[in-house]
Amino acid sequence: MSADELTALTVKEASRLLRLGSISASDLVTAHVERIERLDPKVKAYLRFTPELWEKQADEADRRIRQGDAPPLAGVPIAVKDVLCVRGVETTAGSKVLQGFRPPYTATAVQRLFDAGAVMLGVTNCDEFAMGSSTENSGYFPTRNPWDTARVPGGSSGGSAAAVAAGEAIISLGTDTGGSIRQPAALCGVVGMKPTYGRVSRYGLIAFASSLDQVGPFARSVDDAALVLSLMSGLDMLDATSSGRPGMEVLNNYGGGVKGMRLGVPREYYDVAGIEAGVKAAIDAALFILQREGAEVVDVSLPHTDYGLAAYYIIAPAECSSNLARFDGVKYGLSEVDAPNVTELYMQTRRKGFGTEVRRRVMLGTYALSSGYYDAYYLKAQKVRTLIKRDFDGAFEKCDAIVSATSPTVAFPIGSKTQDPLSMYLCDVLTLGGNLAGLPGISVPCGTSDGLPVGLQVLAPQWGENVALRVARAYEEASEIRAEVAEVV
Amino acid sequence: MSDASWEVVIGMEVHVQPRTRSKMFCGCAIAELNAPPNTHVCEVCLGLPGVLPVPNKAAIEACLKTALALNCDIPRHTKFDRKNYMYPDLPKGYQISQYDLPMSVNGVLELGERKVRIRRVHLEEDTGKLVHAGDKLHRAWESYVDLNRAGVPLMEIVSEPDIRSADEARDYAVELQTVLRTIGASNADMEKGQMRVEPNISIRRAGSGDLGVKTELKNINSFRALHRAIIYEVERQRQVLEGGGTVAQETRGWSEAEQRTFSQRSKEFAEDYRYFPEPDIPPLELDRAWIEDLRAALPEMPAVRRGRLAAQLSSRDAALIAADRELADLFERAVELGAPAAAVGGWIINEVAPSGKLPSPENLAELVKLVSAGDITRDQARVVLAESVETGRTPAEIVAEHGYAQVSDESELRVLAQAAIDANPKAAADYRSGKEQAANAILNDLRKKAPQANPKLAREVLLELLR
Repeated sequence: MSADELTALTVKEASRLLRLGSISASDLVTAHVERIERLDPKVKAYLRFTPELWEKQADEADRRIRQGDAPPLAGVPIAVKDVLCVRGVETTAGSKVLQGFRPPYTATAVQRLFDAGAVMLGVTNCDEFAMGSSTENSGYFPTRNPWDTARVPGGSSGGSAAAVAAGEAIISLGTDTGGSIRQPAALCGVVGMKPTYGRVSRYGLIAFASSLDQVGPFARSVDDAALVLSLMSGLDMLDATSSGRPGMEVLNNYGGGVKGMRLGVPREYYDVAGIEAGVKAAIDAALFILQREGAEVVDVSLPHTDYGLAAYYIIAPAECSSNLARFDGVKYGLSEVDAPNVTELYMQTRRKGFGTEVRRRVMLGTYALSSGYYDAYYLKAQKVRTLIKRDFDGAFEKCDAIVSATSPTVAFPIGSKTQDPLSMYLCDVLTLGGNLAGLPGISVPCGTSDGLPVGLQVLAPQWGENVALRVARAYEEASEIRAEVAEVV
Repeated sequence: MSDASWEVVIGMEVHVQPRTRSKMFCGCAIAELNAPPNTHVCEVCLGLPGVLPVPNKAAIEACLKTALALNCDIPRHTKFDRKNYMYPDLPKGYQISQYDLPMSVNGVLELGERKVRIRRVHLEEDTGKLVHAGDKLHRAWESYVDLNRAGVPLMEIVSEPDIRSADEARDYAVELQTVLRTIGASNADMEKGQMRVEPNISIRRAGSGDLGVKTELKNINSFRALHRAIIYEVERQRQVLEGGGTVAQETRGWSEAEQRTFSQRSKEFAEDYRYFPEPDIPPLELDRAWIEDLRAALPEMPAVRRGRLAAQLSSRDAALIAADRELADLFERAVELGAPAAAVGGWIINEVAPSGKLPSPENLAELVKLVSAGDITRDQARVVLAESVETGRTPAEIVAEHGYAQVSDESELRVLAQAAIDANPKAAADYRSGKEQAANAILNDLRKKAPQANPKLAREVLLELLR
């Protein structure tokens, strides 16, 4: 089997080969490392690599496979977004402010994949503190879209999406606060899933906006995404917002197709301002296929969609302004120790360590929470959040799942939106409602527009991951569109 | 206060460390006061990136018990909030506290006839501690941060401004401590920082309905300091106002060394803490059945017990015994077993409480009965009590074993008294030359050598012999 074939496998395919003894976990790692060495200078998906981990984990996987008690991800190479702490591995949230920080603990989501036999290749690039939609806000360098390296991979989990799309990992982990898994998945042509808020522990996830953040997988198939999610999810005593709510066992039960399902198309999403004709055409084609498979497409409305973006850009910055207060240069990361006093130490460290977008959001959030402005901004935004939840509740009375484009546009050229934050914020207009309402959502590849990938988003009611997966799986099968590995040029 | 036309208005903020094994939001053990710095810390209380707070159920339970003991309402919904500010002793840049939906509201603490309304009892986490090289912050050349206390649970008990004097403020604090100890919510030891009392003080013209500008006092480490600090501060405010000045709204510290308050921090420009709901902890919907179980399991409140004990004892003795649940239990059980109440009270206050070692109610009752019946002397009884506490054996057994019995036979006492006089010739001579107290020395010697002697009769015999 060629190296290119080894780096284009799904988890299912890789596991079969590993179990048959056709390949070893070390072979799989070697093939990936060689491809990374060849392509990553162009893609720049990774911030850093973890050879100590991959050697140890691949050896362990090979041993377990030989013994015949291989766990579900034994030998599967994964990449981890730079916001998820891994014990002893430099973890910086894409920020200079955390340079050199090696956490003494591993995020629960990552640990559960390690326990399932995964082999970690490295840490992937992202927008600083996951704030952005293009990975251009990384404190280190921008990541490129493997399908067109002049374009962005989306963000904030752009490095994780690009790694899977470029054949530099079979699985990767991202986080989704307003669309940061689904949007880059769409732009890179891979599967990306954001679970219900509370499904996956946030322990060890360096917080952007705590009430919105969720950890989720990137994969090359719906089955792989479902498998990884089922392994990560469940109650964690270290996260009071995590849930032991049953439901993940039904993740193994999302077959059966869409026949008889009602799929809601919100007119506010379908005709969203700025949606590209090519994206709309791809979605129309997807809806046609789903109808052909027996689904009923129904019109629904999410009337407060227009206010969602505004509410999101108050709530998320408000939480981030507080979450980021701890980066003061005293205990870890960057420290301007030559400052004349402690207040200057704080200010100089933060000025030097944080990028423009992070500073903008810290200021926005601080302002929104300030006495005299709290009611007009933060409280009002929370009320809008409630209205958005009710919008979805209302829509789900008429349909089983909601389908739309994941992103109004395909991947855009690097630098095209960096001078206009608002146009960048609009990238998330179709995804952030799912975060405000805490819903599960998945993006699956649904063809291309101008040669660039388009994503189909499926949103389901809270704890209804299996519903979203069922639609996504049926579409994947019927459309015969697969997440392909890009030949990076 | 020298001028009767002023009225003192005091509200109390009391921070109490509930009795828990671990911190408020992580598994770290609570450090002893003298623990080396930063030895009771973990990634959560250090505020490292990516970690999350998980509330301590034992702290919530202690807070609920306190709230119930103070007759508070427990709302259906409560939540934690973030209080945002940057300070070196605050690792996360915010303190997790409770803002607009506290664990409990609208309680009352009764001080005899007076009722002090409780505004709220809520939970929060403590901050770390700064240690300065140099004596004051602005003169420090180095400052060290000790985070052993960061994340230690605290209950904040806030009263309405219903207190009208330093005496009442002290009574309030003492009663609160007694309640907290009675229900087992906290040891509330002020010297160990488990209970920190911060009075908010203002004065106004008697009869005025308006509140004056208040100052908040900190650094108070004992009930005595509380009392003195309030007296000082009230007098200071009176002098300021009578001198035509205005009281500045500020936090003032109490200096134990100088016995005065001094300005610490102006509150004219209130800091903006940007409170908002803590997104890492879901709102709590407290199980009503759990709350009712806690309410049902509350022991009798000290005020109620004090009332009952006062029917059998002097009010002073009743208050002393009711303040300690174990002593009060011991008293009531021993009395139930037939021992005379006044004598039991005396034994508990004079012998049991100072020793800190409690006999069983049965043994105490038996001992008191032996003394009251005149079977043994008090001096013998002290020895028996100590031995009984030590070994758990009954007083009757110990008395039998030692052959203790009170000697009231005059001829025997005469022999003992003569021996004591012979052993203390100087004291005897002094007595005879008119120094009456000299007899006590001889009597003490007699009692020491012969604790079985009936002390009253022995004294009579001794004085007769000396004459």
